[in-house]
Amino acid sequence: MAGVTINLRVNGTATTRTIEPRMLLSDFLREELELKGTHVGCEHGVCGTCTVLLDGQSTRACLVFAVQADGSDVRTVESLSKDGKLHALQEGFWEKHGLQCGFCTPGMLMAATELIEKNPNPSLDDIREAVSSNLCRCTGYYNIVDSIAAGIAKMKEASK
Amino acid sequence: MSTIPKHIPAEGYIPPSRQREQPRSQYKYLGQNMKRVEDPRLLTGQGGYIDDIKLPNMAYAAVLRSDRAHARIKRIDTSKAKALPGVILVLTGEEAKKMTGPTAQFATPPVVQYCIAVDRVRHVGEAVAAVVAETRYIAEDACELIEVEYEDLPVVIDALESMKASGDAVLHPDRGPTNIAHQKTFTFGPVDDDFAKADKIVRRHLRWPRSGAQPLETVGAVAHYASGTGKFTVYCNTSFVNYVGFVIAGSLGVPAHKLNVIPVTTGGSFGSKLFTHKVITLAATLARACGRPVKWMEDRLDNTLSCDNHGSDRIYDCQLALKNDGTMLSLKFRVIDDYGAYLQFGYGTHGNSLCQVVGPYQINSVQMELIAVLTNKCQQGAYRGFGSEVTNWMVERMVDAAVDELKLDPIEFRRKNLIKPEQFPYVIPTGNLYDSGNYPAVLDEALRIAKIPNWKDVQAKARAEGRCVGIGIACCQERSVFSATEFWSLNPVDAANFTLTSSPESTHIRIDPTGNIQVTLGSPFWGNSPETVATQLVAEQFQCDPANINIVYSDTASGYNSTGPGGSRFTVMIAGAIVGASIKLKEKMLRIAGRMLEAKPSDLEFRDGKIGVKGVPGMEKTIGEVALFAHMFRLNLPDGDDYASGLDASYVYDHPLTTMPAADRSHLGIFYPIMGHMCHLALVEVDAKTGKVKILDYVAVHDAGTLVNPMTLAGHIRGGTAQGIGSTLLEQFYYDENGQLLTATFTDYLIPTLHEMPPQIRVGHVQTPSPFTEYGIKGGGEGGRMGAPPALSAAVEDALRPYGIKIDELPLTPKRVRGLVRAAEQGKG
Repeated sequence: MAGVTINLRVNGTATTRTIEPRMLLSDFLREELELKGTHVGCEHGVCGTCTVLLDGQSTRACLVFAVQADGSDVRTVESLSKDGKLHALQEGFWEKHGLQCGFCTPGMLMAATELIEKNPNPSLDDIREAVSSNLCRCTGYYNIVDSIAAGIAKMKEASK
Repeated sequence: MSTIPKHIPAEGYIPPSRQREQPRSQYKYLGQNMKRVEDPRLLTGQGGYIDDIKLPNMAYAAVLRSDRAHARIKRIDTSKAKALPGVILVLTGEEAKKMTGPTAQFATPPVVQYCIAVDRVRHVGEAVAAVVAETRYIAEDACELIEVEYEDLPVVIDALESMKASGDAVLHPDRGPTNIAHQKTFTFGPVDDDFAKADKIVRRHLRWPRSGAQPLETVGAVAHYASGTGKFTVYCNTSFVNYVGFVIAGSLGVPAHKLNVIPVTTGGSFGSKLFTHKVITLAATLARACGRPVKWMEDRLDNTLSCDNHGSDRIYDCQLALKNDGTMLSLKFRVIDDYGAYLQFGYGTHGNSLCQVVGPYQINSVQMELIAVLTNKCQQGAYRGFGSEVTNWMVERMVDAAVDELKLDPIEFRRKNLIKPEQFPYVIPTGNLYDSGNYPAVLDEALRIAKIPNWKDVQAKARAEGRCVGIGIACCQERSVFSATEFWSLNPVDAANFTLTSSPESTHIRIDPTGNIQVTLGSPFWGNSPETVATQLVAEQFQCDPANINIVYSDTASGYNSTGPGGSRFTVMIAGAIVGASIKLKEKMLRIAGRMLEAKPSDLEFRDGKIGVKGVPGMEKTIGEVALFAHMFRLNLPDGDDYASGLDASYVYDHPLTTMPAADRSHLGIFYPIMGHMCHLALVEVDAKTGKVKILDYVAVHDAGTLVNPMTLAGHIRGGTAQGIGSTLLEQFYYDENGQLLTATFTDYLIPTLHEMPPQIRVGHVQTPSPFTEYGIKGGGEGGRMGAPPALSAAVEDALRPYGIKIDELPLTPKRVRGLVRAAEQGKG
């Protein structure tokens, strides 16, 4: 199959690759770029574990072809912690026991990242709505909501 | 004072306790909400799950699956697939069978299964051929080029129909001319006498549907075969590999030491990744056949159709014998269980059920007729509860039926029949022991948290407005720490086959010359908190900073004598192993520190990361100083093994309390004795017009003995309750009459989203220590899924009381609830 060359930014880094046109964005990130934090749970867009930000918009990486991301800015869970320091949202998840097996966690973190970028002062209901598109089989969701709220509180504290 | 039923010989029935660490009133590290040590890597995308493993020169597998539920394979043409560029290998079942034997299984008589079907397919989704290619994309393309010619056979989907099947409808004719895999009646105690004494016999027909764990990560394996050494190395997200790895080696036709399975971080199991033998066997077979490392990763459809881990699928006919005052006497039931097309664990789910079949109640005798049936569905495996969650639902449904028919109060009825604190240890009619408990305290705590009078006000107000609001209660057991006899105790006695009795857990603890403690676990990370739990236990033992403790996992080459996490056993068992190894190590450290401090070892203690003289502050050495001495200054210590260089110790902890079944199976021995307990309370509203059930409030109080980490246990309770909500309201693997699984994707198989959850689950803990385990810890891993189905069923039934509706079948989907309401309205009309 003929390759297609795409240029995009992934976690801030300009990236060029020649790939099969049918390659999914999730496979591109995991297999071509070795960014293993984007997980694949159902491959039909329901579970949300593969959620990444595509030009700031939360997106199912399993439902998008990598070629569709040509020219775009893609962010994955690997973009969150900087210089070995966890992002406030990650700190929130750690503190509030927002994960057990950790498989849905990157998708939850990216959905939460989109939320706080679009709405820096979300209510608990806003948080619930933002992550209700993602499945978690371990936690029952309560600690995830609390984790995000705790992360936001930490960000506010830090920006004071 | 112990309680033992009359039909069980009391003399010596309960072995003495092997507990070494008594429960204490205060701990430094146990009982703390310590943040999990597993989390930083999981939060940053560095989990190291199976699909993250990539070996040099690795190829990728895909599997062609049967679209028929029951058929003979007449012919398979793989030539077009083989000709596709990028394809390395195409393997049919017939070809694979020449290299690899049947997959592991524990049924008696055996039910033979291969990792790729041979001659015949027995359910939709069974593997028919496997392809290895340069990419997964090419492998899947090649699957579509394989031509299979089938000859259809009669499809049996309904368990009751399958019981009558003959001829070509029999799935495994080599096992006999019937789809009834096993039928046997077990009587524990004077059932006939107790029924003769009864004032009232309550009867119910109950139906528990097939659901499954469906963790967000599927099962996969990366296998490498080194022809020079004849050794397999297989990475897999598996849980029980130290227990069953040698059996998988048998399938591959190699000695156990030629198969090293390296467990990796698992993205959720809930039982479904205990024995991942088919995935390991297939990946290893393909790697050996093509001479390259192979990754075989199930996609979601592979997993739902053929994971070998669908849950129980039962039809009950139950009778509960009572006195008019509500005293429960005896429970008698027939259970038909649809095991699907194979029978990997035998009748283990019913062995399991019998360990707590009387619930938390004083019931004098029990009779079970078990009918295990084979049909054209994916086979059953393990899902959180392993059959006992169904028994909990059955017992509580019968209790609510009794309450209803005798017109008693559901709370007071339960309180009256609960086993009392002074009756422990308590042996139930099946022979299993309940080690300890304070069931009235759990009930009272749940009632206190819920504020039942407020709920009753909400209900009264709603009823006055014509809305359907109900309150449900469930008092349930949560057995923990499985032993092994449940897997065979129900087999025909003259053909009990592999009657295993071991279920150990082990650890190796090593303190390096700088004083950091490395702990090797024989159980892998299955999705919860093994590293955190082990860290807290080791910190408590050595009174040291958890930051100085590092947890690693063994592979099968380095870690036998471990069973793995399952049956809520890990915390209790690893506590036993850690205590055992720590005691050995601490004795040596005290000897060495005694030399360094010129003090008697018996005058020393571990405190704040140091070893010091009791009552003399400052007279002490750090663990690091003692460790450096132990590793590097051999000639400063006496000769002899007591002072051998270094600091390491291992320990194998066997099950704390298990005994053999009676030869005539009049009892099954003690096999699941570390008994937790829970009370769940639910307040629901049912929209009679749409059939939608909304949970308004929820309370879950659990007693898992001494708590290691209340935060992570609460996580189990809430997460398990979410799964229980799924089992009760949403989830079903639904097969149509042709054997097609209509709910094979997450768009059809509905696991709860955040919107299906109650606004909150209010969790409470009661702590009744076990007299048999270290520190008195009990297991709590199966959590809420064992209590939510009966509590919610009772609440929905209560909500629909104006219609006189009985909840006898799950899941309570809007369609089912509407059907019940419609039928009730028509009945009235």
